[in-house]
Amino acid sequence: MAVLVDITKCIGCEGCTVACKRYNNLNFKAKPRNVKDDDNVELDDNRWTVIQEFHGEKNDKLRFVKKQCLHCKEPACASACFSKAIQKDEKTGAVVYYPDLCVGCRYCLVACPYSIPKYQWNEQFPQVSKCQMCSERVSKGDAPACVSACTTGALMSGDRDELLKKAHEIINSDSRYINHVYGEHEVGGAEWLYISDVPFEELGFKDVSNVPVTSYTKSYLSKVPGLAACWALFLSGIAFYNYRVDKNRKSHDDDDQDKEG
Amino acid sequence: MKVYKCFRILGWDFTITPVRFVLTGLVALMVATVVLRLLTGFQYVTNLTDETPWGMWIAFDVMCGVALAGGGYSTALLVSIFQYKEFHVVARGALLTSLLGYILVMAGLFLDIGQWFNFWRPFVSWGYTSVLFEVFWCISIYTTVLSIEFFEIITERILRKKLHRYIVKILPVLVVIGLIFPVMHQSSLGGLFLIMKERMFPLWWSEFLPLYFLLSSFFIGSAMVTIETTLAKTAYGHEIPHNIMLKLTRVGAGMMFVYLLLKLYDLFEKHEWNYVFQGTLQSNMYCVEMLFGILIPLVIIVSPLSKKRGGLLTYATLTVFGVILNRLNCVFTSMYESGSYFPGIGEIIVSVGLISLGVLIYCFLVENFNIIGNERAVQVKIDKDKDIKNLIWALLRTKRR
Ligand code: SF4
Ligand code: SF4
Ligand code: SF4
Repeated sequence: MAVLVDITKCIGCEGCTVACKRYNNLNFKAKPRNVKDDDNVELDDNRWTVIQEFHGEKNDKLRFVKKQCLHCKEPACASACFSKAIQKDEKTGAVVYYPDLCVGCRYCLVACPYSIPKYQWNEQFPQVSKCQMCSERVSKGDAPACVSACTTGALMSGDRDELLKKAHEIINSDSRYINHVYGEHEVGGAEWLYISDVPFEELGFKDVSNVPVTSYTKSYLSKVPGLAACWALFLSGIAFYNYRVDKNRKSHDDDDQDKEG
Repeated sequence: MKVYKCFRILGWDFTITPVRFVLTGLVALMVATVVLRLLTGFQYVTNLTDETPWGMWIAFDVMCGVALAGGGYSTALLVSIFQYKEFHVVARGALLTSLLGYILVMAGLFLDIGQWFNFWRPFVSWGYTSVLFEVFWCISIYTTVLSIEFFEIITERILRKKLHRYIVKILPVLVVIGLIFPVMHQSSLGGLFLIMKERMFPLWWSEFLPLYFLLSSFFIGSAMVTIETTLAKTAYGHEIPHNIMLKLTRVGAGMMFVYLLLKLYDLFEKHEWNYVFQGTLQSNMYCVEMLFGILIPLVIIVSPLSKKRGGLLTYATLTVFGVILNRLNCVFTSMYESGSYFPGIGEIIVSVGLISLGVLIYCFLVENFNIIGNERAVQVKIDKDKDIKNLIWALLRTKRR
């Protein structure tokens, strides 16, 4: 399951953010915890998705951008979690958080290239909070709550390959669009895709490389066992050698003593 | 009034000095804060936010703590594997500091996790794709190994008949195991940052990060041993020949040189010189780190200054400063986006309290076990009244003041 966001169609009605809060039982009254310098509200523990406002470089275009977890194909957060509290659901593609397994180390918060996961700083036993892509709805074949709530057609859910094809069709048929589907290749690709008529850099999207960040940890961790084994062998070899040298020296000493005796 | 007293109660030496009174007070303060933190979460005790989810406890207590504790394994490596027998005099002290370091690191980690009752999860729910998973296992195993190694020293005095023999027998195996894990997790601490490629400032992110952390833990280790022995000398009048210390630090400095070469290679390879002289916060911090933490110490160690005690101490202090700055930079400066973080009063109290606790335990153990060269070290300038009546008397007198 994937979602395509057509930024040109979003009117900023906040229907999706309300739907998300309702469906996930988030606190409506909570004040925004993170407000950015440009007055846009950032995600927090009671805002799994937000609508951010941008005015374009020349202050002539008003665009709304829905922000939430992108549900990466190679999720850094899931790979970083050392107790498997974040896992990518193979069937739906949703990157889901399981609070029972979470230790609360917040490595996922620092690992996510888009700084998506947030933390319940005011709780006694805080948990991580992020968009779960309404995994229960999605696994039943429904669209995510926010997508169902969207009235303008800015959010479309469906199969990722089909949506990608559609995205490129839209881009090719309409010259206003930028020829770039954000989320197609970014850090290995994501389930949430964006198309826009304003360059993505001007809309607060992060310019990231196409190499999944998990590949670096993977290549490091794959080398560790081998290196550790070599190191262990080397150490025990030398330790054994030292031991023999010591022993020989001792028996020499003993021999000497015997002769003297 | 002078409260420099040493009491022997049931055969154990307890020394009371004004400094230790203060330290005990700090520990008490910490305990109160810790209880508050465990019961109420992070909001009253820390300044952590979504922008800086990792604060002082991770950056200073854990990252720097582990690095500082590197002295234990680096000395052990030189003594037992490469047969630098003359370093043996510092090995036990270094072992003790490492053990304390690690215990404090574990304490810091425990406080830093949100659902602390879940701390055992990674033992059963294996997130093996995470570098943190490896760090977690290695630190757990290594702390255990260190404790058993240290038990050898403890059993020299208590339980001597029952346990000492066995521990001495398995010691060689322990030493080897105890050298595998620290090397693994020192580098893995650097590996933690690999996944933050998109978030870190390019000057700090590199595929060599694991190697950087390993090398720097080695040279901060030997620098720390130098500082410790200097401190032990002022406190306990126990001196270690200068040439031994010099030799030990030179090995560390060799590692530092390799580190520098690698860093330079990185800069050229990735064409990052423009970042270095950008004049932004990040580039300035990087320059400070490299200049004071690496270049100046290297100059000191090859110059005749290193022949003097002061010179060596300056080298060691700068090195420690440099590595600490490097760790802080990795966690904070390199990921600085907006919003500033300064550790909350609670975070500082806990960190200071943990260090105080470490110092107190160190002093107690050194005064009761054969660690820095004599059966029991005795603090210089001490009255040797050894009577429980006097202890109570001294306590009362300080209270009245
Ligand atoms: S966007 Fe961040 S939180 Fe969402 S799946 Fe990707 S890495 Fe995880
Ligand atoms: S905070 Fe929880 S979910 Fe995130 S990495 Fe740590 S254990 Fe995993
Ligand atoms: S997919 Fe579900 S959880 Fe995610 S933003 Fe939409 S409604 Fe919220």
